[in-house]
Amino acid sequence: MVKREKKIIIIGGGLAGLATALKVCESKMKAVLVSYQPLKRSHSVCAQGGINAAIDTKGEGDSPEIHFYDTVKGGDFLAHQPPVRDMCYQAPAIIRLMDRMGVAFNRTPEGHLEFRRFGGTLFSRTAFAGATTGQQLVYALDEQVRRYEHDGLVEKLEWHEYLGAVIDSGGICRGAVVHDLRTGSIFTLKGDAVVLATGGPGQLYSRSTGSTVCTGSAATSAYLQGAKYANGEFIQIHPTAIPGLDKLRLMSESARGEGGRIWVPRKRDDDRDPLDIPDEERYYFLEENHPLFGNLVPRDVASREIHDVVYNKKLGVGGDAMVYLDLTHHTKEYLDNRLGGILDIYEKFTGEDPHKVPMKIFPAVHYSMGGLWVDYETDGHGMIDHRSPRNQMTSITGLYAAGEAEYQYHGANRLGANSLLSCIYAGLLAGPCIHSYTQHLDKAPEDVSSSVYDDARRHWESRFQEIRSLNGNENPYSLHQELGESLLANVLIVRTNNKLKETLKTIDDIETRAKQVNCLDTSDWANPTPSFINQLYNMIHLSRIITQGALVRDECRGAHFKPEFALEQPDRFDPHEYIDYIEKSHYEDVAETDFAPGHLTYMKQFEEKENHWRKSTIAQFKNNCPDISFEEVDASLVTPRPRKYD
Amino acid sequence: MSNNEIELKIKRQDGPESSPYWERFSVPYKPHSNVIFCLQEIQRRPINADGKDVRPVVWECNCLEEVCGSCTMVINGKVRQSCTALTDQLKQPIVLEPMSKFPVVRDLQVDRSRMFENLKKVKAWVKIDGTYDIGEGPVVSQTDRNKAYDLSQCMTCGCCLEACPQFQLNNDFLGAASFSQVRYFNLHPTGAMNRDERLESVMGEGGIADCGNAQVCVEVCPKNIPLTESIAEIGRQTTWEIFKKLFFK
Ligand SMILES: Cc1cc2nc3c(=O)[nH]c(=O)nc-3n(C[C@H](O)[C@H](O)[C@H](O)COP(=O)(O)OP(=O)(O)OC[C@H]3O[C@@H](n4cnc5c(N)ncnc54)[C@H](O)[C@@H]3O)c2cc1C
Ligand code: SF4
Ligand code: SF4
Ligand code: FES
Repeated sequence: MVKREKKIIIIGGGLAGLATALKVCESKMKAVLVSYQPLKRSHSVCAQGGINAAIDTKGEGDSPEIHFYDTVKGGDFLAHQPPVRDMCYQAPAIIRLMDRMGVAFNRTPEGHLEFRRFGGTLFSRTAFAGATTGQQLVYALDEQVRRYEHDGLVEKLEWHEYLGAVIDSGGICRGAVVHDLRTGSIFTLKGDAVVLATGGPGQLYSRSTGSTVCTGSAATSAYLQGAKYANGEFIQIHPTAIPGLDKLRLMSESARGEGGRIWVPRKRDDDRDPLDIPDEERYYFLEENHPLFGNLVPRDVASREIHDVVYNKKLGVGGDAMVYLDLTHHTKEYLDNRLGGILDIYEKFTGEDPHKVPMKIFPAVHYSMGGLWVDYETDGHGMIDHRSPRNQMTSITGLYAAGEAEYQYHGANRLGANSLLSCIYAGLLAGPCIHSYTQHLDKAPEDVSSSVYDDARRHWESRFQEIRSLNGNENPYSLHQELGESLLANVLIVRTNNKLKETLKTIDDIETRAKQVNCLDTSDWANPTPSFINQLYNMIHLSRIITQGALVRDECRGAHFKPEFALEQPDRFDPHEYIDYIEKSHYEDVAETDFAPGHLTYMKQFEEKENHWRKSTIAQFKNNCPDISFEEVDASLVTPRPRKYD
Repeated sequence: MSNNEIELKIKRQDGPESSPYWERFSVPYKPHSNVIFCLQEIQRRPINADGKDVRPVVWECNCLEEVCGSCTMVINGKVRQSCTALTDQLKQPIVLEPMSKFPVVRDLQVDRSRMFENLKKVKAWVKIDGTYDIGEGPVVSQTDRNKAYDLSQCMTCGCCLEACPQFQLNNDFLGAASFSQVRYFNLHPTGAMNRDERLESVMGEGGIADCGNAQVCVEVCPKNIPLTESIAEIGRQTTWEIFKKLFFK
């Protein structure tokens, strides 16, 4: 019998999509890559700082196990532990692979890989290629995929948009509906499995560090078709971005990894030139409040500190929402070699030279820890079974997700330089797992009733006809901006239930008005407006998932901060006390006097909060709203405990 | 022209076969804004300078920080990225045109697939054995790495091709970006194993010999890729290749 060639449809050509494609080809399956724009223009190119792997080239005693611990701790213990652990153990092999592909990583004097420090760890664990690591990694993978394309194993459909999955009556995904962004035609692709590697949703907020195509629309479409969306409320706010009108350009954490110091003048409204302010009149608040981690505390902590200094202490530079990020103590040569690209960006957009004057920065929406729920299967020893068809599969059979579009690896807060890793890891994992899945598939796409595909296509054709006929008085682009402003104002660093409730009303209002939009452009050729209107519709639903999730979660965890429910850590508290307490309480009644005053009360409160809230938030689409439930988190490997970074 | 408005003059075209036409717009002035912001303002209020409702202008962009290569256009006569084109530094009306060396798709959007095809022609990749963990890559000195890094940042934006007198809509000249990629992959210890194949690809028609050495490519490259060095180096490598064929085969 001739073996049938399996066809896998991969949506998205960022790191996750490209990595998936490589493994799909190596497993002798055909890959069809669908993307809005040429793959090498994907958002992943924006990543600057680097990619983590505990190779311990400097004898600091780092190991994958510590990388694992730092990652789950950084994520406030909300991530399932086996997948995270497996990722950290695979990381060194991933870096070596990227190195073999020719990535221009920075080198040591002997010509080996150089590593630097990043937030949330005490080790030099981040490999980097100047300040354009993401670009270099994307190019290397893109080149390998191009090689397969040259050999006929990859088909690329660039300038095509994914609209939805084709799901048969048995609930199995059999292909995808795509939209040709040039001709406007809508058609179906038949496939044995579909992978959403469609990136994050930065565009929900009107200004973020994300690229313009990051609308989260594809993942939302899967949710609207019944897939579970998890941990939506965990949106990472990066502490350091350059204020801007169209985009908040990131100032990478590597600036702090290379010794950048954050400060404000101690005196309110001090309008002196920053270089004239002597050291003792500068408030290095991260260093003072967190002597151990200093400027490299995790992002959620740093963003809240900056927020506090600016809004509560009113110490923002020039009275504005800005603080200094200072690199002026380094030589120009050092900075150019290690940070060149990002300092250029700063100078290009502000006209100021960061070699000479401290940069002015402020936190910005950066990354979504939440995303499509995906499954995993352990090998029974705290790692992942690399061949299980369940890995990376969404709650819709045959529909997979990888990269920022899914929720698996970062819990409540992502550590810097862990995302590039998780994208590549998840992609490389997905390939062989999808191969296993196709081995047991009941039938080939050709044997699925053609009406399944016809119905899916017709649904989207009529949807787009409807969009084209919209001629109300609302402008879709302005409406998007309004939605974004409202999320920026209320679903950001500090959240309160009142504001969240208000935001849900605003979203309802925007949804009503979205029915009154004007299509602006009804022409048939290379017309982006109808697509955008459809994406806006999806963004409205995704905003609801995020806001509703934030509203129901009455606690503080990672990036989700509600002061009303904050637990104050007592002075001189050591997280290990909590481990003692848990151990002891298994055997005996723990007495208040076993610990310093106040500590036991705090630990009991903490334990109670953990039992109640350390669960994944699951949103499912019901009656036009997210129906929220909670799922247990696998914390079988390290005991969750209070986080502390000083 | 009032101070609180930005004036733009945009060359539009409905499709590849239609004729181009000019349209004027004005958008509210904002300090530190860029050309993309102006185009987004037009999307939010698609009315031209004559007060007529029009279709929003179509263009291409993504990263907004000069790293994805999408947003190339000709701005006030000069080819460049529109995301880093700050309006405060531009003479008004700001004149926007699509690149002329690539087929226009619509308005400011052009079809650069030729550039990606060329990457296939010159085999712009390192031939690895596969993705399994077979150990580290080759040892590379920091100096060689720096040289490679200067070349590896090419974002396929096409500025160098738009400016090049040799690169035309209807010929098959490979152009500076491709030559530079050949140099980049020939530099890498593993990439060098397929050096000959790559050199072969730039030795035929449209290859390195057609370069007139006008050197305007290097002046417009937003990533400061040392294109003239690359051209000279690939010139040397191909000459040596011809020499080898003549005398050692
Ligand atoms: C400025 C910045 C700096 C960063 N720096 C770092 C760093 O130093 N280290 C780190 O680890 N992480 C970093 N990150 C995070 C990291 O870059 C991203 O999380 C990661 O690149 C996401 O990759 P991805 O493959 O999931 O998706 P993306 O790279 O976003 O790719 C998504 C792909 O899907 C396509 N797509 C989406 N929707 C559709 C659709 N409906 N139809 C067709 N195609 C579609 C897009 O065209 C694109 O090809 C940074 C992020 C930003 C914003
Ligand atoms: S040197 Fe001149 S002819 Fe050669 S690629 Fe550059 S611009 Fe074109
Ligand atoms: S060489 Fe420079 S100008 Fe040419 S495509 Fe690359 S980045 Fe653009
Ligand atoms: S938008 Fe990416 S280079 Fe301008």
